[in-house]
Amino acid sequence: MGNKYILEIRDLHVHFRVYEGISRVIDGVSLYIAKGERVGLAGETGCGKTVTMKTVMGMLKIPPAIIPCGEVCLDGRDILRMSPKEFLQIKGTEISVIFQDPMNALNPVFTVGEQFYDVIRFAQQRFSNGGNLSRERIRNKMIAALKEVILPDPERIANSYPLELSGGMRQRVLIAMALVNNPKLLIADEPGTALDVTIQAQILDLMSKLVETKGISVLLITHNLGVIQETTERVYIMYGGQVMETAPTNVLFGNPKHPYSQGLLSSVPRLTGGEIAEGIPGTVPDYITAPSGCRFHPRCNYAMPICAQKKPPLTMLESDHYVACYLYAKQGGQNE
Amino acid sequence: MNNPLLSVENLVKYFPIRVGFFQRRIGKVRAVDGVSFDIKNGEIFGLVGESGSGKSTVGKTLVKIYKPTGGAVWFKGRDVTKSTKENLRFFKKEVQMVFQDPKSSLNPRRSIKSTLEDPLIVHRIAQNGRDRERIIGNLLQMVELSPTYMYKYPSALSGGQRQRVAIARALAVNPSFIVLDEPTSALDVSVQAKIIHLLQGLQREFHLSYLFISHDLSLVRTIARRTAVMYLGRIYEIAPTEELFTSPLHPYTRTLISAVPVVSKEEQQAKPMKQSRGGEIPSPVNPPNGCAFHPRCSLADKICSQQLPDLVEVMRGHFVRCHHVSFNMPSVKQ
Amino acid sequence: MKNKQRVLSSVNSEFTTTQWMVLKDKVGRAWYRFRRNPISITGGSIVLLVILLAILAPYVTPYPQHAGAFTDFLNAFQAPSKSYWFGTDEIGRDIFTRVIFGYRISLMLAVIVLGISVPLGVILGLTAGYFGGIIETIIMRITDVFLAIPPLLMALAICAAFTPTIEKAMLAIASIWWTWHCRLVCGITRSIKTEEFVQASWVIGDSHFRIIFKDILPNCMSAIIVKITLDAGFVILVGAGLSFLGLGTQPPKSDLGTMISYGAQYLPTKWWPTVFPSFAILFLILGFNLLGDGLRDMLDVETGGI
Repeated sequence: MGNKYILEIRDLHVHFRVYEGISRVIDGVSLYIAKGERVGLAGETGCGKTVTMKTVMGMLKIPPAIIPCGEVCLDGRDILRMSPKEFLQIKGTEISVIFQDPMNALNPVFTVGEQFYDVIRFAQQRFSNGGNLSRERIRNKMIAALKEVILPDPERIANSYPLELSGGMRQRVLIAMALVNNPKLLIADEPGTALDVTIQAQILDLMSKLVETKGISVLLITHNLGVIQETTERVYIMYGGQVMETAPTNVLFGNPKHPYSQGLLSSVPRLTGGEIAEGIPGTVPDYITAPSGCRFHPRCNYAMPICAQKKPPLTMLESDHYVACYLYAKQGGQNE
Repeated sequence: MNNPLLSVENLVKYFPIRVGFFQRRIGKVRAVDGVSFDIKNGEIFGLVGESGSGKSTVGKTLVKIYKPTGGAVWFKGRDVTKSTKENLRFFKKEVQMVFQDPKSSLNPRRSIKSTLEDPLIVHRIAQNGRDRERIIGNLLQMVELSPTYMYKYPSALSGGQRQRVAIARALAVNPSFIVLDEPTSALDVSVQAKIIHLLQGLQREFHLSYLFISHDLSLVRTIARRTAVMYLGRIYEIAPTEELFTSPLHPYTRTLISAVPVVSKEEQQAKPMKQSRGGEIPSPVNPPNGCAFHPRCSLADKICSQQLPDLVEVMRGHFVRCHHVSFNMPSVKQ
Repeated sequence: MKNKQRVLSSVNSEFTTTQWMVLKDKVGRAWYRFRRNPISITGGSIVLLVILLAILAPYVTPYPQHAGAFTDFLNAFQAPSKSYWFGTDEIGRDIFTRVIFGYRISLMLAVIVLGISVPLGVILGLTAGYFGGIIETIIMRITDVFLAIPPLLMALAICAAFTPTIEKAMLAIASIWWTWHCRLVCGITRSIKTEEFVQASWVIGDSHFRIIFKDILPNCMSAIIVKITLDAGFVILVGAGLSFLGLGTQPPKSDLGTMISYGAQYLPTKWWPTVFPSFAILFLILGFNLLGDGLRDMLDVETGGI
């Protein structure tokens, strides 16, 4: 497809049916990732970034989840309207996920090699034009993938059980598994959070290099703003199931416009020292009785009456920098 | 008041590895392998390190969850490694701990009131139930929670709120020293900021001393007056925090600081050059000989693998354990 | 030391309201989960029904006097009919009435056995799991010895040595039954012991006793409750088995096992003295099993989720 975007989410709404009622978690989220671009999705716990990721991955259990409206287009095709069979073709081949905790993402009772084998063969069955690859070809493919993530002695790693490997090595194995089928889009959920800082730095460096050489688009989901700054080109800040602000990463971090982004960034402890802000007053919203309009308004120092009435549209401030806030809506610029 | 509040001398803690039906010992985990430092009255002392560094074990050994394998701990002049009954009672009223994971540090089957009542009952702080309720209400207000929270269960509270309860529990006995083991690691950034401010406020108000254990260097930079860097069971550098970050001397410290993901260009430019060659963190079961960092260190040479360097005071209040850092280094200011 | 007094805003009445609300919410949630599960509803209804029938036996049965010594040879071996729902036995007693009274005995025996073995097993299990080391070894090895003896055999042995009464038989079973709970609780205790809230209590200065009963035991409760429910069914079955072998209540009292044994000789022509008591046992055990399964599902979700 001659599509510019590998992923386009348009006005996504996701609700859940629970004991207390309906939990309206995602409230009109739109985001896009251009081909070859590395985009970050940042937000704190409960902002809905994980639900968004699960929607893209098709991992939501449809009751109790309800998707009343929205489109999620992968390379032009809306996956929400695909049949499960069609989506199965895409999972694991065009989209790949690296999950948060390498300890939990690998099955402890199978060797790395056996799990890798499954990953490759599963993809092969989808692309039946080549027929099934022989065991040997699969093994070669696996060793090549392990070499790419700079694992010493890939043969030994392939024969090891996950428990025998260190956290850093497991994460590399996960990256190798995610990239071996040449996906178009890589989703990384809190990569390196479970790792030590020095190892995390190595892993992120490796990931950046690999996706750059292969031209893979990346959606990096995390609450760690430092990781976003060092690995992404553009970032979306989410809160309460809504997108608050989006801009190229260093533009947003250098000059946050949305009150939430400002509060967030001023709460981050700096390596250069200095006081941190007193956090953001209030608590995360309850999705069953979510605040109307802009979901941040109960905690916002600049809240105006209109903030509670209608959800602010994304206003463009400069090219690529959008804010969902009435403070800026008057200043003009088109809405996205 | 020049005597330190807490003085740790060569603390050692090994965990035996036992296998088999008869539980034979086949080796030991050298979690803490000779750690010494002092904490002054009213000071916040930071302890940083990665996994396997032993920082959590140091904390837990200090509060007597583990019994030290060797070394001594002096608190307010008393040797608390000797566990006499009187010592224990004194100690548990003076030294408390806040744990890392708010999900597991509160008993999910006990109401907040029951959890907070524990220290009051054990140390006989209140006369009767009504008194206890009143004190619990006070404690909750001190950590900025409404007293009505006492009837709730931990599952109804957010991570930040649970951590506040954990802090209230530590404060209940009126301690003078609190060990904080990664108290905000499981929390979001904005919640963390609030908890940090709470901790700083409480420290000022009640003149507490903290041992602040964390892997988040930026956080330690913000809150601690002095900081020690641990690696595989030993301290490799101690310095006033400001100095540790502006002129880190040990290669591991430099590597550690350079690896921190930061949000601004200024911080990025302030980072030192890393002095490591990559590689994994070795296991504390089988630490490398000599200086434990030598397999990953870009400055390492023969002596590093053979002899463990001493912790030497290179500048005033600044201690480093490295063969390549000495008085003769041109970067050392006098 | 330092002054910690601050102004306390509320008054006691505000607290009590919150306390009620919290309790109501907890119960409401538990009930919501319970009633969504058809298994637990079915099991719970069955058990409740039987318990009610057993308690109200003299009032709900058509011929309460048939439960004890009563003869009516004219009406012996009546097939099930409108006046005798389950028919009559060889002496002319209404089987339906005797079944309901038989439930009384079964339930009482379950209460006796579990009432003795559960507290014993739980306490030993907590002690073994918490203190570990040699205490655990001793307790667990004793447990192993008792586990190797099948309950039924133990009961037979005791009854062979002394005069067989149902009480002695049940005591014999209780003397074995505690081992299951001991094992269960020991395992749970060992894993909970490593949790941070136990370490926190230790740091506060709680005594071992306090930690065991206030921190560890509440976390074992859901597993214990599920096990008790499932056990009840099994104990009733064992009790009926003993009665069947003649070690149970002596006539003329009505006990389900005894009824089956007496009626067995008249099969297959006069099937009702055997079949109905058998189904009665089946019905009750099914109820307990379903209830136990449902409770396990419900409590699992509760402890797993937040």
